[in-house]
Amino acid sequence: MDILKQIAIDLEKGDSTAVHELTRQAIGGKLSPREILDNGLIAGMRVVGEKFRKHEIFLPDVLLAAKAMYAGLNLLRPLLVRDDVPVIGKVVLGSVKGDVHDIGKNLVGIMLKGAGFEIIDLGHDVPPEKFVDTAVAEKAGVIGMSALLTTTMPVMKRVVDLVRERDLSGRIKIIVGGAPVTGDFAGQVGADAYAFDGSSAVDKVKELLGVD
Amino acid sequence: MREIIEFSPDEIKPDPAAVFRAQGIPAEADIREKVHEQLNQALDLFGEMADPVGIITDISIDDFAAVYPGDGRNIEPAPVQEIFPRADYLALFAATVGGELSSEIARLFDEGEFALGALLDTAASEGVETCGHGLVRHYARYLRTFDNLSTLEKAIQRYSPGYCGWDMSGQKALFEYLEPEEIGIELNQSFLMIPLKSISGVMIAGDREIHEFRPTYSFCAQCQDKGCLKRMISKYWD
Repeated sequence: MDILKQIAIDLEKGDSTAVHELTRQAIGGKLSPREILDNGLIAGMRVVGEKFRKHEIFLPDVLLAAKAMYAGLNLLRPLLVRDDVPVIGKVVLGSVKGDVHDIGKNLVGIMLKGAGFEIIDLGHDVPPEKFVDTAVAEKAGVIGMSALLTTTMPVMKRVVDLVRERDLSGRIKIIVGGAPVTGDFAGQVGADAYAFDGSSAVDKVKELLGVD
Repeated sequence: MREIIEFSPDEIKPDPAAVFRAQGIPAEADIREKVHEQLNQALDLFGEMADPVGIITDISIDDFAAVYPGDGRNIEPAPVQEIFPRADYLALFAATVGGELSSEIARLFDEGEFALGALLDTAASEGVETCGHGLVRHYARYLRTFDNLSTLEKAIQRYSPGYCGWDMSGQKALFEYLEPEEIGIELNQSFLMIPLKSISGVMIAGDREIHEFRPTYSFCAQCQDKGCLKRMISKYWD
């Protein structure tokens, strides 16, 4: 079987050891890092995302697959940098000020990375200014915010307002999510998109940045 | 009354089904052996690292009336605002499963052990909630020492800052009264509790009906959790 197909299959199974070994073999076999990334790792994560969306698999399965993806990605990363392979986009992620550590936000970051994005994860309890300042400094195209508490959701509006005040709405898009957050709320605060889970976040971020 | 209640990790360790359920995995789902192995590992880590403890201090209605407004950022009207004046008894509480678990969860994520980290995170959240249930039962036993209350007519419910209109900044006034630093819980400048796997709030004891309300407050439309409905049908007086 084609080695890249096998990488994708083993990634779906969450077999980190196999993915690591096959990625090493693919690199040794002179396949380009970009090809291994796109047709091996990202292809596998795409299937995982689809199955998760359809509730055929669940969070632990996705996270095991993510671990396998990172096993391959860690081998590819220096080669991608060497070859100057561009990331498809940069996303600044965080849980808003006053809000707690959020596994959902972490999962979004993992799945976005699996889709080829560069993630700058600011962690939790992030002040509004830090989201915007980091996005500007890192030339990120998207700010992704999470809230788990209804009382911290208004912080998201502050970030949207800051982006507008600094005349950055054209180049920085905002996506929001979290247990109490809804699409209606996203619209009310002026966010550009809302994502229910990690899988939909990948699709929405691609849409926001106009990438495939 | 002010009391520190210690729990054993085994007392509060969640069962596997509870962890899967909390992660949105249906009971009938066919879960892979690999996932079961990860969960077993997470629960072993929980047993080794959890250091669960809680604190309760009773508070008068007048004193809580001074605590609840906090910095004046609560949404009004709100359930707690309307419930507590009708209470028979009130007590502030806090509980934690300890800092070692939170550090371990972060370490697992940093090292790429995402599934194990997420399962341990969920187990820790379930565990600290079990501490909360334990504190309610402890408080109920205490109240029965001087008030012969009928379990059919009375209920104790917990309410916490950060939910249902009670602003997170309310933690500050709550902490000033309760002083849970005594069990190792601190509050940072954003009103987040450290260790992260901690809970706090008020226990309100009174007639069952005082806890019943329609979720039609201004913030209810945004809430996807609807934990209030689950609370309203729970017993909490055993």
